[in-house]
Amino acid sequence: MSNNIHLKKGLDIPIQGVAAQKTVKTVVPTTVAVKPTDFKGLVPRLLVKEGDPVLAGSPLMADKAHPEILLTSPVSGTVAQIVRGEKRKLLAVVIQADDKKEAVDFGARKIASLSDAEVRELLLKSGLWVSLVQRPYGILADPALRPKSVFVSAFNTAPLAADYDYTLAADVQYVQAGVDVLGKLTDGGVHFSIGERTACSTPFHKIENVISHVVSGPHPAGNVGVQISHIAPIQKGETVWTVSLPLLAAIGKLFATGKLDLSRKIAVTGPAVKDPSYVAALPGTPVREIVTPDENVRIIGGNVLTGETLSADGWLGFFQDQVTLLHEGNKKEWFGWAKPFRPKLFSSSACYFSWLTPRKKYDMDTNLHGGPRAFVQTKCFEDVTPIEIFPIYLIKACLAKDIEKMEQFGIYEVLPEDLALCDYVDPSKNDIQAILAEGIDYMIKEMA
Amino acid sequence: MEENKTKPGLFEKGGKLFFLHSTVDAFETFLRVPATVTRKGAHVRDAIDLKRVMIMVVIALIPAALFGIYNAGYQTALSTGADWGFWEIIWEGFLMVLPLFIVSYVVGLAIEFADAQIKGEELNEGYLVTGFLIPLIVPVNTPLWMLAVAVAFAVIFGKCVFGGTGMNIWNPALLARAFLFFSYPSSMSGSGEVWINLGGKAAVDGFTGATPLAIASDGGFDAAAGSIGSYSFADLFYGFIPGSVGETSVVAILLGALLLVWCGVASWKIMVSSLAGGLLVGWLGYLGGATDLPCYYQLVLGGFLFGSVFMATDPVTSAQTECGKWIYGFLVGALAVTVRLWNPGYAEGMMLAILLMNTMAPLIDHCVVSRAIKARNKRIRTA
Repeated sequence: MSNNIHLKKGLDIPIQGVAAQKTVKTVVPTTVAVKPTDFKGLVPRLLVKEGDPVLAGSPLMADKAHPEILLTSPVSGTVAQIVRGEKRKLLAVVIQADDKKEAVDFGARKIASLSDAEVRELLLKSGLWVSLVQRPYGILADPALRPKSVFVSAFNTAPLAADYDYTLAADVQYVQAGVDVLGKLTDGGVHFSIGERTACSTPFHKIENVISHVVSGPHPAGNVGVQISHIAPIQKGETVWTVSLPLLAAIGKLFATGKLDLSRKIAVTGPAVKDPSYVAALPGTPVREIVTPDENVRIIGGNVLTGETLSADGWLGFFQDQVTLLHEGNKKEWFGWAKPFRPKLFSSSACYFSWLTPRKKYDMDTNLHGGPRAFVQTKCFEDVTPIEIFPIYLIKACLAKDIEKMEQFGIYEVLPEDLALCDYVDPSKNDIQAILAEGIDYMIKEMA
Repeated sequence: MEENKTKPGLFEKGGKLFFLHSTVDAFETFLRVPATVTRKGAHVRDAIDLKRVMIMVVIALIPAALFGIYNAGYQTALSTGADWGFWEIIWEGFLMVLPLFIVSYVVGLAIEFADAQIKGEELNEGYLVTGFLIPLIVPVNTPLWMLAVAVAFAVIFGKCVFGGTGMNIWNPALLARAFLFFSYPSSMSGSGEVWINLGGKAAVDGFTGATPLAIASDGGFDAAAGSIGSYSFADLFYGFIPGSVGETSVVAILLGALLLVWCGVASWKIMVSSLAGGLLVGWLGYLGGATDLPCYYQLVLGGFLFGSVFMATDPVTSAQTECGKWIYGFLVGALAVTVRLWNPGYAEGMMLAILLMNTMAPLIDHCVVSRAIKARNKRIRTA
């Protein structure tokens, strides 16, 4: 069964620095960090102390509310450091990697004969449970729940995002295994979306045992949230799970080989990268071992719309398969807005002239290009939101902390990433994603 | 250079000139895009900002303003029988219109600066547009002190009390016009010298100074010639008629409309539906005998087109949903012509129609959004 979804609204941001399809190095990290802050809704309880020996797959932390949810080490070595922040908040557990590369053997499984309970047990034990994201709210999946269905997006439309057709070309059988595994967890099946542009060439069009969809359109067509809202919108009281394609492959690999292997190809992208390409690394790899940025450059774990600012001394996050480098735009520009032409800048609006050069890619920086104001123009939000909601009303409901209105206007259907383009296009320079994130946090608190 | 002037403590909190900090900020950000970088959310942002949006509206208004300047001089020459050449007409018109702009910007910006300073906020650029609109929608001979009072009223009670640009309920420029209209009715309407500046000279014989709209509502339409008083349809279309400074020329307004629609700054849906509403009611009135004017005359008379293009489409005070925009625009046009045809008190209904629909816009949006949500929920449940 295959369904087509055609989306018109959205925007592909023309930014320079797409990664060439070559893997220039394989990083063998000296240290690896596991950051509990990567997982929304997880309150970590430490299970190790400094100096403890660990293997790939050994538990490091557990969730306080669900002690069966574990965070495990991606490498073998010893616990080198426990990093804490303000009020002793646990920020990271750093493992000094050894060169033995030993992994806990969970035992390979015959997927066809597995039961729901066995799948859950292995996912929890191996530490891969946390790769499941539960909607609404985009939080840690609750192991006691059986979701309506599972959704996977097999293509990426975010700016400069890693191309799964390249990064996971060798892992198609693991993706298939992952799909088969997750199919045990739900009665609604696994929904699997591929992009229309690569529908014939992608290795993932052969994936079986899924409800497949072909999606066309500009970003955010590749966002799983957008796909869900067109396939089966989330209603109040319903729960669905999503998983990113690289982590789905990791789940498949775990069940097929019995070992935790999180190694993945990372797209190193952006205008501030000299030779954008891929590197093979692990989540938790130190940023310095992946890139060597110049002065006045921002390191972003993820893409420019939703990514997290990483410090040069930081570590790559669990969900991140992209690093973007941007020049900081902390320079003033004479007569900026008043100049008739600003050929170095892109605008999706016809108030500038970038519509004259539709193929041009821009060296974008982090300048805000204006000052924060009240909402004035609001149609621009609808133009980049291919979901049947009223973005501006949802945002205002979030600002007003009005739960009834937030429900009405579709808070269950969106995560900040789905409205990330609203951040980008807003002439009033509001932080839409931050407002939405606060609204979601408020919902979680009040509905608990 | 001015970095040295503004950076030291002088304008910072505790500095001697702190009371000017918002003003200094405003000038600095006006001249240079600040070095602010993104902190939360998307790391890159579109080049567009509100200043650019506002300046596009001002550019769209320039044809109407230029024609208004010419027409002010032209009407004076016509009424006094002066034998002026093209450049003389423009110069005289310029001298008449310039004071309106100066008063509008000086009074309005002074209040905006003071307001920003008191609230400790950055200056809103909304007044760039409002200050340009006000001179274009008042009669050329409006006494300057009246204009100053009206501008002050509009900025303080139309904008500042609501929290500035983006928070206001009514279009501030129209509030200024309404204030003039209701506070000084004898100076603002009917025939008389308000529409044409005679410059102290005697008028030619037969001068009334009345606008075609007023003449038409007094039954001055000549159906055979298609003219109103001494004005032909071409005069009405090109704008060689007495009226508010910027509202007379259909051609100049359409040029602005093209730019606004192309840039996406103003909604073409509102413009089109407003014209449709005006035409429909004008046609019904024609059929029902309320007027002998064919319906398309309603579009070229008075402030109808200017209001539809520049005032009704204000993104802050108009409806915000796409479906709501159709309804809102249609009602603006329909109400404006309804007032014209069935209300003997007011010759022009555009101002009142837009202000009323500004008030109703949130209600329209509420109905549209509720209906859409209900319909979608029903569809999802049955699917």
